Amino acid sequence: MDVLSQLQRQLADFLASLYREGFVDDQFTQLQKLQDESSPDFVMEVVSLFFEDCEKLVNNMAKVLEQQVVDFKQVDSHVHQLKGSSSSIGAARIRNVCIAFKTFCEAQNREGCLRCLQQVNHEHAQLKANLQSLFTLERQIVAAGGSVPAMQ
Amino acid sequence: MDTFEQSPVQKDDSVAEALEPSPIQEEYAPVIFAQDTVAHVVALDMLSGTEDRENVLRARASGKGVLTAPFRLLKTNRLGVILTFAVYKTDLPSNAIPRERIQATDGYIGGIFDIESLVEKLLQQLASKQTILVNVYDITNQSHPISMYGSNVSDDGLEHVSALNFGDPFRKHEMRCRFKQKPPWPWLAITTSIGILVIALLIGYIFHATLNRIAKVEDDCHKMRELTKRAEAADVAKSQFLATVSHEIRTPMNGVLGMLQMLMGTALDANQQDYVRTAQDSGKALVTLINEVLDQAKIESGKIELEAMPFDLRAIMDEVLALFSGKAHEKGVELAVYVSDAVPEMVIGDPGRFRQIITNLMGNSIKFTKKGHIFLTVHLVEEVMDSMDVETESSSRNTLSGLPVADGSRSWVGFKIFNPEGSSHTPSPSSSDLVNLIVSVEDTGEGIPLEAQPCVFTPFMQVDPSISRKYGGTGIGLSISKCLVGLMNGEIGFVSIPDIGSTFTFTAVFSNGCCNSNDSKPQKQRLKNQSNTMSSTFQGMTALVVDPKPVRAKVSRYQIQRLGIHVELVLDFNQGLSSISNENKAVNMVFVEQEVWDRDSSISALFIYELIQIDQGTKLFLLGNSLSSSRTNTATSGFYTPSVITKPLKASMLSASLQRAMGGNKGNPCNGEHSSLSLRNLLAGRKILIVDDNEVNLIVADAALKKYGADVVCADSGKKAMKLLKPPHKFDACFMDIQMPEMDGFEATRIIRDMESNGHIPILAMTADVIQATYEECQRCGMDGYVSKPFEAEQLYQEVSRFLQPITSVNL
Repeated sequence: MDVLSQLQRQLADFLASLYREGFVDDQFTQLQKLQDESSPDFVMEVVSLFFEDCEKLVNNMAKVLEQQVVDFKQVDSHVHQLKGSSSSIGAARIRNVCIAFKTFCEAQNREGCLRCLQQVNHEHAQLKANLQSLFTLERQIVAAGGSVPAMQ
Repeated sequence: MDTFEQSPVQKDDSVAEALEPSPIQEEYAPVIFAQDTVAHVVALDMLSGTEDRENVLRARASGKGVLTAPFRLLKTNRLGVILTFAVYKTDLPSNAIPRERIQATDGYIGGIFDIESLVEKLLQQLASKQTILVNVYDITNQSHPISMYGSNVSDDGLEHVSALNFGDPFRKHEMRCRFKQKPPWPWLAITTSIGILVIALLIGYIFHATLNRIAKVEDDCHKMRELTKRAEAADVAKSQFLATVSHEIRTPMNGVLGMLQMLMGTALDANQQDYVRTAQDSGKALVTLINEVLDQAKIESGKIELEAMPFDLRAIMDEVLALFSGKAHEKGVELAVYVSDAVPEMVIGDPGRFRQIITNLMGNSIKFTKKGHIFLTVHLVEEVMDSMDVETESSSRNTLSGLPVADGSRSWVGFKIFNPEGSSHTPSPSSSDLVNLIVSVEDTGEGIPLEAQPCVFTPFMQVDPSISRKYGGTGIGLSISKCLVGLMNGEIGFVSIPDIGSTFTFTAVFSNGCCNSNDSKPQKQRLKNQSNTMSSTFQGMTALVVDPKPVRAKVSRYQIQRLGIHVELVLDFNQGLSSISNENKAVNMVFVEQEVWDRDSSISALFIYELIQIDQGTKLFLLGNSLSSSRTNTATSGFYTPSVITKPLKASMLSASLQRAMGGNKGNPCNGEHSSLSLRNLLAGRKILIVDDNEVNLIVADAALKKYGADVVCADSGKKAMKLLKPPHKFDACFMDIQMPEMDGFEATRIIRDMESNGHIPILAMTADVIQATYEECQRCGMDGYVSKPFEAEQLYQEVSRFLQPITSVNL
């Protein structure tokens, strides 16, 4: 039991830090609420999907931005997509970068866009790592006999 | 005459030694017989001496004893007298004439008296103590008294003269006695008389002085009465003057304040507002002062009267709290109110005056308290009386803020209501109409210095002249409070320990307002309605309060219970968790004291985690002391931000906060039960189409709607949506993303609308940012509204409810 409560405590702490540092926001909580017995891995699935999606979009955007004449509209639509999906899962930092990214797109500022793209990558990697740790902890808790409830 | 008569011998008056044979005479009277002692006078002729002769003749003529004048006796040469008696031959009748006597004379008897020895012998018998000088005189010849006995001492003292009667009528003798020595001063007599005199004088003096004093005192008394009358008159005049002037001052003052208020309502810059506010504060302070002075004057002239109307005690306490909560927050002092459950809802009395007393006491506490707490309690006297016998809490730390306080029970232990004299007073449960309240204001302030404590209730007495400089106030408040308490048939007392704190307590008697049904009905009804609206929302809910300090927890429970919520108290998180998991009843909300939350943020996080594990619908609230402390805290636990409710708790504020929390605002992570239930009502079983090109979004939206029991179908492009919404279709609603490649949401909607012949499926746009332009566009193409992406329960409900009717028969 001690191990379990320790793990739970760890999880709680970790989650709290994620929120504190803005990696995730309320929407992530909402997401966790959607997880229940019928879809026990819902969050993980959605998150994995997001990361795939994100990578795809980033690659696309990179390709477009590399070109001589940048089609900002396309970049913009990609960014819009990214913004949308990051909002859906509550990846706050990525969403914020997207907002800045969009402005640069509208301003047709290539440098800015490239910088934002880099940031998106960076954030993506970080979030991925963090959420991996989170899921690992959750798995451990489940293994130890506890349950991972939906957050309120 | 016979010459050879045996006649006694008689002395010769002349020269004692020269004795010659007697000349030839007619008659002789020689001494024939003589005593041995005077044998020398034998043969003396008694008729020879002139005196003797005269004596003898007289004796024989009168028949009585005859004395000679004193002369010196023959032999002894001492003074003496001779007493001669005639002896008759025959028994003579008493009335015999002298001739007859002479005829009958046979002889004579003579006695020689040595006066000196006679007197001495006599005196010796008499004068034993004092030496008495005796002078015996023959005063036959008045001008020439012949001294028979006694030395010729000049008479300088008192003489006692007594007559001597030897029986000879012819001769007179007297004796003069006096003391040889001057009589000594009769010291005893003198002393005694002097003493008595002195005593008499003293007594006289005392009497005199007493009478004087009485007169003087009466005089003074009379003067004093005069002065008193004058002083009283002056006092009354002063009060009247004060009252008149104060009243006169109050009117223009109100005008000033009113104008200031209106000025505040006009357009002012920050500086001006500040000035106006300062002016208002000063004005209000002045009005308070004037009111106090007027009250004092009214009290002195006995004109204060108390109203009798029903009022709600708890509401008054709330008002007083509200008055002081700002200042208390500023100073960092915790304010709390606790009204015991035994106190009835409504009582009949004067609410204004009651509030005045409490405001005065609280004001004093606030003034002099810089840390800790101020705790206002109201109990019934009966409750307190019962608890008097029970041992009171031993820990001095068991107080509201943990700081030690002056023991409140000492402030009322001496009240008459607790020490009934005799058996005449019985505590009032018999008279159910009367409510005996005991109100206490306990603070952890500076306390009152011991030397100032006796005159605390004296008007115009400040503890220290510097106090009015430092803290303001005139010192009338407490004396007015005391008088008002007296009018309410109560008593007021206090206990104060310097640097620890003070506790002021007073009792008051009111009538029970609950049973009265006559004229107070409309007001009572109104008040009841007010409280009803507050409590009806939360009636029957359960709450948990986590607070290690029992006194403070009790206060919180009291306030929360006023909303009709059942409250349970626990000391810490562990207890709380066990209580929640044990209870069958679900706990609707948890109130955690700020200090518990701050203590360890990880424990707090864990608590939330566990709490949600048990029950998802529980709301969490923090009870904090001031806004600043709550702000610093919200940063720590980012994933769940409990709402903070600032203390002091008030029913109305509590109700508002709870409602807000339950309602589920934008940005508030909790889904209101209200909304989720209603959404279920709306969406359960409905067939809904979601159109979004982004897979992630689709999945999230899908799951969100499925949670409410909807039957969801996803399409990832406009084209697919068109196909799915080709009539006939079974969809009840459609959520359409706007920005999609190939065919955006607007176009899709337009086409769908065109396809629709009859029936109208509600199409709601899903958009990440809501811009007016987008909205117009939505409208133009036939969309019915929009919701934000990601979904938000409240907004979702609002929009969907416009088109979908709630399904009432759904089992939840």
